[in-house]
Amino acid sequence: MSTSTIATRPTIAVFKFSSCDGCQLSLLDCEDELLGVVGAVQISEFKELTRAVVEGPYDVSFVEGSITTPDDVERIKAIRQASSLLVTIGACATSGGIQALRNYADVGDFTTAVYAHPEYINTLAQSTGIADHVRVDFELRGCPIDRYQLLEVITATLSGRKPVVPGHTVCQQCKGRGTVCVMVAHGTPCLGPVTKAGCGALCPAVDRGCYGCFGPSDSANTSSLARQLNALGTSRIDVSRLFRTFNAGAPAFREESLRNDSPETGG
Amino acid sequence: MTHQRPADSRTVHVEGLARVEGEGSLLVEVRDGTVETVELEIFEPPRFFEAFLQGRRHTEPPDITARICGICPVAYQTSACLAIEDACGVSVTDQIAALRRLLYCGEWIQSHALHIHFLHAPDFFGCQDAVELAGLDLAAVQRGLEIKKVGNHLMEVVGGRAIHPVNVRVGGFYKAPSREELGALVEPLRRALDTALTSAQWVAGFEFPEIEIDYRFVSLRHPDYYAIESGRVVSSEGLDVDAKGISDLVVEDHVARSNALHARLGGQDMYLTGPLSRYALNYDQLTPLARETATAAGLGTVCNNPFKSITVRAVELVYACEEALRLIEAYEPPDPPAVAVPGRAGIGYGASEAPRGLLFHRYELDSDGLIRSARIVPPTSQNLLCMEDDLRRVAQANLSMPDEELGWLCEQTVRNYDPCISCATHFLDVTVERR
Repeated sequence: MSTSTIATRPTIAVFKFSSCDGCQLSLLDCEDELLGVVGAVQISEFKELTRAVVEGPYDVSFVEGSITTPDDVERIKAIRQASSLLVTIGACATSGGIQALRNYADVGDFTTAVYAHPEYINTLAQSTGIADHVRVDFELRGCPIDRYQLLEVITATLSGRKPVVPGHTVCQQCKGRGTVCVMVAHGTPCLGPVTKAGCGALCPAVDRGCYGCFGPSDSANTSSLARQLNALGTSRIDVSRLFRTFNAGAPAFREESLRNDSPETGG
Repeated sequence: MTHQRPADSRTVHVEGLARVEGEGSLLVEVRDGTVETVELEIFEPPRFFEAFLQGRRHTEPPDITARICGICPVAYQTSACLAIEDACGVSVTDQIAALRRLLYCGEWIQSHALHIHFLHAPDFFGCQDAVELAGLDLAAVQRGLEIKKVGNHLMEVVGGRAIHPVNVRVGGFYKAPSREELGALVEPLRRALDTALTSAQWVAGFEFPEIEIDYRFVSLRHPDYYAIESGRVVSSEGLDVDAKGISDLVVEDHVARSNALHARLGGQDMYLTGPLSRYALNYDQLTPLARETATAAGLGTVCNNPFKSITVRAVELVYACEEALRLIEAYEPPDPPAVAVPGRAGIGYGASEAPRGLLFHRYELDSDGLIRSARIVPPTSQNLLCMEDDLRRVAQANLSMPDEELGWLCEQTVRNYDPCISCATHFLDVTVERR
């Protein structure tokens, strides 16, 4: 590699907020491409990989995790300010993650349930996605993200084009794969019709219903699916649970879970 | 890193620990030539898993608790399944148990390969990371990637996905892989085994700080084989209890001045879990090749040097590759792939060996199978006291080092544990401090 290319290598940073580390691990899981990717960029900060830290600004920041503390709010603003492009990776960063289940409860009750001394816990009442706080240039969905989608985002951003990721649903991806429909054939509850594609329709391929870990697809008709799930014998409260997992904070899933969260309300 | 003088009284503060899973920092305070305070600070925010599991169906913990850790999701899934099955009075078939163990081997392979080559080895070369290490020894880093890839591939074939597998359910699996699908893994696993042997040789040649610690080892032990996915909990002091027994014994203090919740046996004794413990307590169950590898690497039947945990991991990596091959050879697809586990009122316990140590769960279910309470005790919470104790010893023995060097050695001391701070956090007392 010539000196001039080294000088112009884009600076990349990976930051973590509240999360399981699985999405940044997806980058390390690109075993065949990893050394090529890190050779093409200059990594300014990526705690899971390196102890070296180079101050910003950054050409591209990848952000994993949700905002759950007052400190997080300040930190993400600083990261945004230092980044030309900010890409969120995964369900926590896009919709608050599984920890957004606190948004349905009193966080004080949660703290008391887990900690003997809740007064030492410094946490926000809600777990929220990054876009609730700062401008986000691109969102990569999934719990976890798909590593091939991540590679596409990296390649696209480095070459200055828009990443190509499918906008359709898991249901369409599943049909494309030729998997027998678990809902039609076996009556298994499946969120495939309202979930954004990207995983490769993994769950129906192992005879289970999609559980929505890539979050709602564009203009997802969740109510129609909820009615069908009821018709197949899934109780309203279980429909609510189905929508209330790893993307519990995504508006479409949140609203549908609220419409179904008691046997009496709604219709 | 902060530098304060004089050398007799100083503070070494490593902010933002790198190459660990999760967010933490460490603080060592020295006064008049004596290490006075050692604190692992955790600023990973709490995620409240135990709280929001309340009211969920008994079928949900495998998927939900997997999300505690992206590096060891199978450990969470397995311990959760065992605990729920225990609460419901159900045992899985031998075929299902074997498939679970095979999936778990995949997790050990990818996690150990990652830790050995990417997170731990760079310290022994004074490298910031594996990328810099690749500049010195590209083949070594490539070996890590090759082995890791095979582990991930195994998890994909059995679990449907490497991170947060989708094929695991209470009672077993949604779908059993075919013999052919597993058969395709034999060649890659054989290559991974060869590669792991080379890596074991490689790490054996590292220069290790001289330190021997008389740990209280605690790990699972299985009657038939090196414990991974099930077993009783034993210790170097003769403890021998089931998952309920360890859950009852381990008391966690929520100490006001500490940032970490401290797990102690019987509320008193600190103990070590992880590769060194498994190795010391189950050495006799390693395969001949794994034992040979250990001997060639200079290990005895017990290893008391925490820095040599990398060598023990390399031995376990060899074992996990061999064990995966054995399980594939003997594979009979479970039919059905899962046993029925109807929910009922009860309390259940489950324990398994995450790559970084013992992980146990306890669930209480109501008569509808809804979760009334959950307790999850991850390995890193259990090891925090030992980590701090190691840090105190290492710092005290190396006070002549300049701050920068001492700070790095302290970081390495923490990385000996392959700690998973995200895991530990949902049980930790967290105060957010960024200095």
